[in-house]
Amino acid sequence: MPDKKIRIVVAKPGLDGHDRGAKVIARALRDAGMEVIYTGLRQTPEQIVTTAIQEDADGIGISILSGAHEFYFRRIIELLKEKNASDVIVFGGGVIPEQDVPALLKMGAGAIFGPGTSTVTAVDWIKKAVSEKDAVKA
Amino acid sequence: MASLTDKALAGDPRAVARLISMAENRDEGLDSLMKELYLAPSAGKAWVVGVTGSPGAGKSTLTDKLIEQLRAKGERVGVLAVDPSSPYTGGAILADRLRMQRHTDDSGVFIRSLAARGSLGGLSRGTREGVLILDACGFDVIIIETVGVGQSEIDIMRVADSVCVVLVPGLGDDVQAMKAGIMEIADLFVVNKADKQGADRLVNEVRAVLEFLQNKDWVPTIDRTVAETGDGVPSLVENLERHREYAKARGRERERARMRARIEDIIVDRLSLQASKLLEAKEAEILPAVMDRKLDPYSAADMILAE
Ligand SMILES: Nc1nc2c(ncn2[C@@H]2O[C@H](COP(=O)(O)OP(=O)(O)OP(=O)(O)O)[C@@H](O)[C@H]2O)c(=O)[nH]1
Ligand SMILES: [Mg+2]
Repeated sequence: MPDKKIRIVVAKPGLDGHDRGAKVIARALRDAGMEVIYTGLRQTPEQIVTTAIQEDADGIGISILSGAHEFYFRRIIELLKEKNASDVIVFGGGVIPEQDVPALLKMGAGAIFGPGTSTVTAVDWIKKAVSEKDAVKA
Repeated sequence: MASLTDKALAGDPRAVARLISMAENRDEGLDSLMKELYLAPSAGKAWVVGVTGSPGAGKSTLTDKLIEQLRAKGERVGVLAVDPSSPYTGGAILADRLRMQRHTDDSGVFIRSLAARGSLGGLSRGTREGVLILDACGFDVIIIETVGVGQSEIDIMRVADSVCVVLVPGLGDDVQAMKAGIMEIADLFVVNKADKQGADRLVNEVRAVLEFLQNKDWVPTIDRTVAETGDGVPSLVENLERHREYAKARGRERERARMRARIEDIIVDRLSLQASKLLEAKEAEILPAVMDRKLDPYSAADMILAE
């Protein structure tokens, strides 16, 4: 496919706070040549998953501050399965305590980027994960 | 196993979304799928509404309110929201949907964000085929949001039955300063942000320019709206519905021009794809000579085309 672009939904679920972190990652992904669907604050897992489906996204990036990360990841991954869309990769960033990361990965999150992670690391990981996903499909 | 088009026609949103991606990616398998969709019994019924205007005019906020009103009338609504791509990286932040997100929970609404990609302000291929896909898949109304710059203004006429041009006071896009083109493509004018100063003046200016228009069958309407609160939107919807009837009665003439344009677009698309392939195959061989000024680019093109 000559013109395939990586498409990522960037979402900030939950009721708290601001979306500064989500905007930083959105810009970094755009600058890496990706198409970022930006959905802003206060998204429910249902809205995030429907968005990813309508937008035919390769991945969902979740920015979380609230500490409710476990609930959101679990629900989003569950809904993707329900809707036959488990090939959509899910990754996250924000304030997620180190000791919670293994549980999220086990649940099906592809990667969790801690506060200090450079955007380059995230971009490289997404590119690799998407090309692996597409290889499976093809 | 059901084919992708069967699934899409049956209303599977994943399949609809996939088809639109295939159009955006110029997937080689697309043409045969589009043939099926075009001839599907459900195709050819949708009403296509264009919403265009300056950056930040309130197009997405207005579209959100239009969706609400149209849903209340029982229409299934598809939205194609086009945002520019970065010319440097090819990436894009697509944020129109942010203002319409509440409709994501409604299965009678399908919203798709599109990056303009290489289309230089014109409608992307994803937009043109996207309309056909959503139409065949049972959406009664399809709203296309585009930023009104350059070629997209003209292009929107080629796909939309009814074109709304959104203006705002104090943005410097007074009618005087606007390019002539935008006045001619509008079926409906919307003066949005009517809560701001200068709305009256802008309405008067639009009215003054409209007096010079020759087309007497349809005089473009002017509505003032506050998209954020929804003020003025019901009247706009009434005018839109009137224009929908007018457009239906307009008969085959515009349809003919539109179909001709569509065929032309497809031919141009295919030729340009072929051109890139030919160039790619030959460039290593020919380009150095042109760069060293041993060969001129015109003869180079002749040589490539002679293949
Ligand atoms: N005061 C006022 N602000 C409005 C109105 N409608 C929209 N806005 C605000 O204008 C800003 C831009 O609105 P959008 O709907 O995103 O505008 P747009 O034309 O879709 O913007 P682009 O897609 O980026 O070109 C937002 O902050 C809106 O809240 C209005 O009627 N009055
Ligand atoms: Mg917009």
